[in-house]
Amino acid sequence: MIYWNLFLAFFIPGILGYGGGPGTIPLVEKEVVDRYGWMNHQEFSEMIALGNALPGPIATKMAGYVGFVQGGVLGSAIAIFAIVAPTLILMIGLLSILQKYKDSPKVKQLSQNVRPVIAVLLGVLAYDFLFNSFQGIGGWQTFIIALLSYFFLEFRKVHPAYVILGALVYGALFLG
Amino acid sequence: MQYINIFLAFFRAGIFGYGGGPSSIPLVHKEVVKRYKWMDDEEFSDCLALGNALPGPIATKLAGYIGYRVGGFLGLIVALIATILPTVFLMIIFLTVLNRYKDQPWVQGMSKAVIPVVGVMLGILTWEFVKRTKSSFGWLKSVLLLVGSFLLMEPLSIHPAILIIFLIIAALFKKTDDSTKSEQKVKAR
Repeated sequence: MIYWNLFLAFFIPGILGYGGGPGTIPLVEKEVVDRYGWMNHQEFSEMIALGNALPGPIATKMAGYVGFVQGGVLGSAIAIFAIVAPTLILMIGLLSILQKYKDSPKVKQLSQNVRPVIAVLLGVLAYDFLFNSFQGIGGWQTFIIALLSYFFLEFRKVHPAYVILGALVYGALFLG
Repeated sequence: MQYINIFLAFFRAGIFGYGGGPSSIPLVHKEVVKRYKWMDDEEFSDCLALGNALPGPIATKLAGYIGYRVGGFLGLIVALIATILPTVFLMIIFLTVLNRYKDQPWVQGMSKAVIPVVGVMLGILTWEFVKRTKSSFGWLKSVLLLVGSFLLMEPLSIHPAILIIFLIIAALFKKTDDSTKSEQKVKAR
């Protein structure tokens, strides 16, 4: 049962999320936190933070970790399979058809149509994170950390890994 | 030998790419087109366009397809393993260690400090999606779409899957609309 749920929880984001792995984050959150309750928001945010600090695709890191915690190595394999395989099979299977239609306005329209939904989901998720932090460590701390990380990420183009690392050190020293 | 090359190509692209799959695309390009010459630029961009037309993570679609092209089914498996396994391992190890010490005050401080940073990262990502929505629909339509999907999903709590499926069907049944036409015009110039 857990394996079937793991499969569904990652199959749905994989088949509906446009914009690559990051576009699937809010859909995975919906399944993992809201529907199945495998994690709370705090744990989910830790996973995203660490996932962003580590290299490689984010979708499979989420699937691999959640699957491992819920169902061990087999769970991990099933979750990764669920998020990777359906769309990959589509890609290989539909290749000849898609080659013909990839410039078709309808196919382009597909991912364009889905984008605003993903934008809203990501925006709501961003708000949730900032609001949780506001409740946890208060407005000033949240404001300062958010401002600093925005500055380093966007204006100094510092690697996300270092920004996360900096936040970890700050938290260990001042928020412990 | 071929399989070792497939493994190395996608291992490097995975382990050096930060910010999720989309940011590893240039690295995959470098390995596949420049280093090993499995594809030329045109084929690669076709492959990328195709991957973007389909849902789901992009890194594994690229790895799987290119692996398959170069080395058949075994190539596909090797490329996927190289893309996925190293970073999933790291993820499980780090989070398990973190969880073991999660009652220590300094570990709790760490996880508290990381939340606003993730909020900002997701905010930046949100803005990218908003900008891309704008470039395909224009401001007015984008705002309507964004507000509309917000209202449907948040106060009315309609599952995003339902909304996405509806929009996909809308795209398939719609006659060519202005935005795609104008995009094609831009391309034609």
